[in-house]
Amino acid sequence: MSIPPATPQAEHPAIRVRGLAKSFKDLQVLRGVDLDVARGSIFALLGSNGAGKTTLVKILCTLLRADAGSAEVNGFDVAARAADVRESISLTGQFAAVDEILTGRENLVLVARLRHLKDVGAIADGLLRRFSLTEAGARRVATYSGGMRRRLDIAMSLIGNPPVIFLDEPTTGLDPEGRIDVWRAVQELAEGGTTVLLTTQYLDEAEHLADRIAILHQGRILVNGTLEELKRLLPPATVEYVEKQPTLEDVFLSLVGTAANGEQR
Amino acid sequence: MNRHFLGDTAVLLGRSLRHIARSPDTIITTAVTPVAMLLLFVYVFGGAIQTGSGSYVNYLLPGILIITIASGISYTAYRLFQDLQGGIFERFQSMPIARAAVLWAHVLTSLVANLISLAVIVLVALAMGFRSGTGVLGWLAVAGILVLFTLALTWLAVIPGLTASSVDGASAFAYPLIFLPFISSAFVPTESMPGPVRAFAEHQPVTSIVNTIRALFAEQPVGSGIWTALGWCLGLLVLAVTFAVITYRRRIN
Repeated sequence: MSIPPATPQAEHPAIRVRGLAKSFKDLQVLRGVDLDVARGSIFALLGSNGAGKTTLVKILCTLLRADAGSAEVNGFDVAARAADVRESISLTGQFAAVDEILTGRENLVLVARLRHLKDVGAIADGLLRRFSLTEAGARRVATYSGGMRRRLDIAMSLIGNPPVIFLDEPTTGLDPEGRIDVWRAVQELAEGGTTVLLTTQYLDEAEHLADRIAILHQGRILVNGTLEELKRLLPPATVEYVEKQPTLEDVFLSLVGTAANGEQR
Repeated sequence: MNRHFLGDTAVLLGRSLRHIARSPDTIITTAVTPVAMLLLFVYVFGGAIQTGSGSYVNYLLPGILIITIASGISYTAYRLFQDLQGGIFERFQSMPIARAAVLWAHVLTSLVANLISLAVIVLVALAMGFRSGTGVLGWLAVAGILVLFTLALTWLAVIPGLTASSVDGASAFAYPLIFLPFISSAFVPTESMPGPVRAFAEHQPVTSIVNTIRALFAEQPVGSGIWTALGWCLGLLVLAVTFAVITYRRRIN
């Protein structure tokens, strides 16, 4: 539907990483990372702070160069064909990369222009509608809540329909409603065939969203599999009878009244 | 050169100019200090300063224009630093745009903002009695030198903008630049200075630039001074661009 994947490699994974290593001075951040992300899937990279998640994402987005190993995105080598990789991806970084002084709509138009698209106004209006920002569209982003900024940030990443999207800790610092909004947006993306690689330190986020989960720890992938596969790594579950208490999230959402439209999807 | 370079630069320039239009204080604060100096030196100190014939405002204006540029360019470091902090810089870098466009847009924004400030200063000076009989060519020559000087200092400002670790650090580098005109022929003739100071004043860039602009305004021959002035501006520009590009490459690798 968008930027053509490099056709000869169409059956290749959307992201392929082999033996990737990166150090900053004496600090080894990545020590030989291998992973594949299938096209159209949601892949969660789980890890604590300092595990190397952001470094890996930056290398895949051509913002950093690896010391060793190789990485391909949409069939293009990130070092040799950086320009093609940039055509194929969007990055939503850890901090909402939006322009505070511009309005929401102007931010979208800016990115659409920089992607050299036509009809930028219509693209911006469509995305404002899709992310429930139509009313806020004419306001400066400085007045937006954290959740609205994130939504705008993700909307900006969708412009030009890049086949691969990187979300670096997309829900850090968001309130529960904002988080559910982001989750919904990510699921819609994957339904539309986009490959999503997201990093998170929240286990429930990975559990809720991802087709596959990899745990990055001290610069290495410890495990990589579906949720079921990861669960099987532990001793079999024992059966216990406990009263099902509502979680705090259930309480919060039922009081604030968005549980229905948020959780059903 | 990337085929999108001009288009991308124009789009990003539009973005930065919109920032300026929405916070015009960056232009006003740039203009306020030089205007205050103009008033202070013409109406307070000027009576005691001997510059030879002609009105003191005519003598002073070129130096004030240089000070305006020296303080105005620090906003480039500030804006660049804000882009790096906010993450929008990384968004641009991960997009299929001409990478040099990101820097050029900031540099051209500085040029536009400084030209507006300079125009304000010239208008104030005209109201205070500044007069020049020079023609269109003379004004164009003055504008050309100021543009060149602005470009050179702006590229210099790009370096702290890319490397600074705090907002203060990003703009602090401009202070010595603002002081340079004081030890030059900008306010008083260098002949009145003691030996070593005079030697420094006569061999630093501001004096040759100020003298050239003054001569152009006064319709006097610029002599070989203009080549010294242009040499300083071009030399500084080449050095600043080189180091800025090296810093930028290091930053994005």
